[in-house]
Amino acid sequence: MHALSFHGQMLQLLPSGALFLPERALLCVSDLHLGKSERLARRGGSLLPPYETRETLARLDAEIDRTGAATVICLGDSFDDKASLDGLAEDDRLWLVRLMAGRQWIWVEGNHDAGPLDIAGTHRAEVQIGSLTFRHQAEPGAQAEISGHFHPKVRLAGKAWRAFLMDQARLILPAFGAYTGGLWAEDPVLSGLMGKDAVAVLCGPGLHRIPMPRAATTASTFAR
Amino acid sequence: MERPATLARMAALPPPLTDWFSARGWSLHPHQIAMLETSDAASTLLIAPTGGGKTLSGFLPSLSEISQNPKSGLHTLYISPLKALTADIRRNLRAPIEGAGLPIRVEDRTGDTSYTQRRRQRADPPHILLTTPESLALLLSYEDAPRIFSGLARVIVDEIHALAESKRGDQLMLLLSRLQSLAPGLRRVGLSATVEDPPALGRFLGQDTQIMIADPGPEPDITVLETAAPPPWAGGGGRYAIPEILNEIKAHKTTLVFHNTRAQAELFFHDLWLQNDEGLPIGIHHGSLAREQRERVEAAMAEGRLRAVVCTGSLDLGIDWGDVDLVVQVGAPKNVKRLVQRIGRANHRYNAPSKALLVPANRFEVVECKAALDAVKAHDLDGEPRGPGPRDVLCQHILLTACAGPFDASALFEEVRRAGPYQGLSRAAFDETLDFVATGGYALRAYDKWQRLKETEGLWQLRDPRAAAVIRQNLGTIIDTETLKVRLKGRFGGTPLGEVEEAFAATLTPGDTFLIGGQVVRYEGLNELTVEVTRQPGRDPKVAVFNGTKFATSTLLAQRILQIFQADRWPDLPAHTAEWLMLQRQVSRLPDAESLLLESFPHDGREHLVIYGFAGRNAQQTLGLLITKTMEDAGLAPLGFVATDYATLIWGLDPVTDPAPLFDLANLRHSLETWLAGNALMKRTFRASAIIAGLIERSHQGRRKTGRQATFSSDILYDTLRKYDPDHLLMKITREEAMRGLIDFSRVEAMLARTAGRIELRRLPRLSPLSAPLFLEPGRIPVHGQGRERMAEDAARQLMAAAGLA
Repeated sequence: MHALSFHGQMLQLLPSGALFLPERALLCVSDLHLGKSERLARRGGSLLPPYETRETLARLDAEIDRTGAATVICLGDSFDDKASLDGLAEDDRLWLVRLMAGRQWIWVEGNHDAGPLDIAGTHRAEVQIGSLTFRHQAEPGAQAEISGHFHPKVRLAGKAWRAFLMDQARLILPAFGAYTGGLWAEDPVLSGLMGKDAVAVLCGPGLHRIPMPRAATTASTFAR
Repeated sequence: MERPATLARMAALPPPLTDWFSARGWSLHPHQIAMLETSDAASTLLIAPTGGGKTLSGFLPSLSEISQNPKSGLHTLYISPLKALTADIRRNLRAPIEGAGLPIRVEDRTGDTSYTQRRRQRADPPHILLTTPESLALLLSYEDAPRIFSGLARVIVDEIHALAESKRGDQLMLLLSRLQSLAPGLRRVGLSATVEDPPALGRFLGQDTQIMIADPGPEPDITVLETAAPPPWAGGGGRYAIPEILNEIKAHKTTLVFHNTRAQAELFFHDLWLQNDEGLPIGIHHGSLAREQRERVEAAMAEGRLRAVVCTGSLDLGIDWGDVDLVVQVGAPKNVKRLVQRIGRANHRYNAPSKALLVPANRFEVVECKAALDAVKAHDLDGEPRGPGPRDVLCQHILLTACAGPFDASALFEEVRRAGPYQGLSRAAFDETLDFVATGGYALRAYDKWQRLKETEGLWQLRDPRAAAVIRQNLGTIIDTETLKVRLKGRFGGTPLGEVEEAFAATLTPGDTFLIGGQVVRYEGLNELTVEVTRQPGRDPKVAVFNGTKFATSTLLAQRILQIFQADRWPDLPAHTAEWLMLQRQVSRLPDAESLLLESFPHDGREHLVIYGFAGRNAQQTLGLLITKTMEDAGLAPLGFVATDYATLIWGLDPVTDPAPLFDLANLRHSLETWLAGNALMKRTFRASAIIAGLIERSHQGRRKTGRQATFSSDILYDTLRKYDPDHLLMKITREEAMRGLIDFSRVEAMLARTAGRIELRRLPRLSPLSAPLFLEPGRIPVHGQGRERMAEDAARQLMAAAGLA
């Protein structure tokens, strides 16, 4: 666990890619992309192993169990699209309902699952918790913001890692879903968004912390 | 098309063509006449040496038949493994066709052919179409395939021995089966270089194949290069022999210098230039170089402007280089068949002996080169029997068939079984494959609503016809490793130099230097998906590792080496090597085929165990992984190992005293299963099979760039299947592939069967002469640069002194 104070709140970055606020017993996960394989199949694409929803739910179940979370925020793109909810296998749907029972559950909408979803819980475009703003996609200039959307990943020791990105103003969570790719931290979009002091915290038991990798030095620097 | 029954008697060439040949003073070779005379055979395999007019023999019957009956439509399909070869053949055919004024249209069709041209070819096909297996697959996936191919009379498969070595061959045979259904009278011709088992290749090509073996021509003139300096004790590259190789280049018109890996070719080329005082024009050619670079070398070669090319297997096939009069093979050839085919590159003129020199890269390879030489003289070729056709290729074939239109499962099953590699396929295995393609084949039947293929009224078809476009984009069985382009930094986008594996690029930090295209370059950074470098003249490269395919020494060669060891004396070997072997016999003993020799000794404060398995590099490596794991479990504290083609050296804290349990087959197989599951090699194998089987799409450079979060690593799918559906078809395919590929467990098994529990452990007070070179063997990363070279030399001297060899 990687604990830190961020805009007056205690945060714990967990090896799974989830975020926990112990003072509020609040667990936040982003980009679950439930029903991804079903959506690809529906669209005539390949038939991927249809096990990602139960894998993602199993991970979420384990984190809720371990942290004893009273509130869960799903930070957008929880479903791969709006029809994915209908496509969930009955077992998976019941599992989700079981997880939600007795907890405050907030669905923040993302670009994949924008609009009303036919599932219990609170549905919000963004959420304010104390000093912190939870929204799906980071907004330039925002302060004390927690977001997801980009699925950041970094390379270290010849391996790709899902990663949290963090600077003074914001924290971006990695994707929690099983079938999710990622965007390299050195992508200009992320380099442009994150401040000079940004760090990446790598998912995994070590939760290694490294300076956020940035795009290679621009061509002109070397030419001279 | 109707086949004239009298064809055999009408074998004579059209008079204009005969006139054209005689005007140039050409006459047909006996096998070319034979091909004309037996041109009505359903399936023919011609085995002829390079330069024997093999390709023309394939075409002569077509030229004759089309001239006699010049109706429009496709008559002959020619398939080659190389795009470049189709263009070459088109030019070569043009001379006789235009020269003799024959009314025959010849065109090629590859990935490089323009869209308009390809469309026109479908509407109005030429008489003779030259193409590749991948382009043929694409053609057969169109709905109008039956119309295009209904009149097809002949198909010619060039370099079939090379195609048969990979999944491209399995796919091609499935495609031929499809063609045969569309054109029942279709006759097949396979053209091959020398192979070890012609009947097997014949069965691969088709049922009842007649085999024709052309006069192999004179025996090759092949010797081991004599050098002033003896070869080093370990390592590769043959750089000690550069002065003598330069002399040979000078003495010949054009020389090809073959290396076993790209990295070695690079290092050798770099050093060769440092010693090339006369500035002889010498180029380099291998598969990691940018296409522009390769084409420049090929053009210079064709024009006779180069005296030598340092190359790898990229020059093994096809294009006629003309005046090559010497082939140098640096490093032991590992495989006799490949050596023979390489030697054939020298002297493309029929009936002139090919001249070749072998350059052993180290002392062990002196023995291996001798074994290879003996094998060539005895016409003893190696080769593992071909396994049955893999089912990932069958998945793709089913998808391709569905793209062309609805199909009947039983009819397709029969058609598939008519392809050589799939003769033994069971209906159950076919049904399982079809189920995977249609429904995903998962234990959790999740896709009943969204099946990929649906069965309606007894016929299978795509549920969503729009899926055909994506399937077509992913046809083919060649899986590129993920590579990144390397460019020189510059104002105008930079000169492309070649490419390196993504995994290699990931190990680079700015300032690292490496060799590519014979230049030392400095890694500056990654820009998008391009590795940017600057020139760093005169510096020794720090690292130079590409995807160096390391071939394992064949079983045949390993056996021959063990036989050489059994001789009383070795008058044919250089004195330095003979003395080394003699000393080994005094101190310990030489390994033989009937038992497994182990040596154990302390050295440098560590305990060492050497396993002389002679099972080839991949199997020795697997053995190292498995034995160290067992040692770990037994508390013997192994610290590491290194493997070569002949032996595995393991070092650790405690000596092994009771080796038998370590080599228990059931035990090894069990640790293999557990070790394999989480292994990166399995994931790589899975990825390749998943792409071929159509589970995941190829990552094109462009798509990867914009793919962003949409694409995710195939490793995730592998892990998911392992956890939730371990018996899924793709997991089975992956296991089968890995076992016969890089893990090569079959050779571990064969070695244990051969030695049948006769394990002899020799406890020695110090390292043995035969084991000494293993200590210099670079592990995963080869020795590079002068500094390390010198360190290695010093270490070598000390080790040799310790073994009493100095």
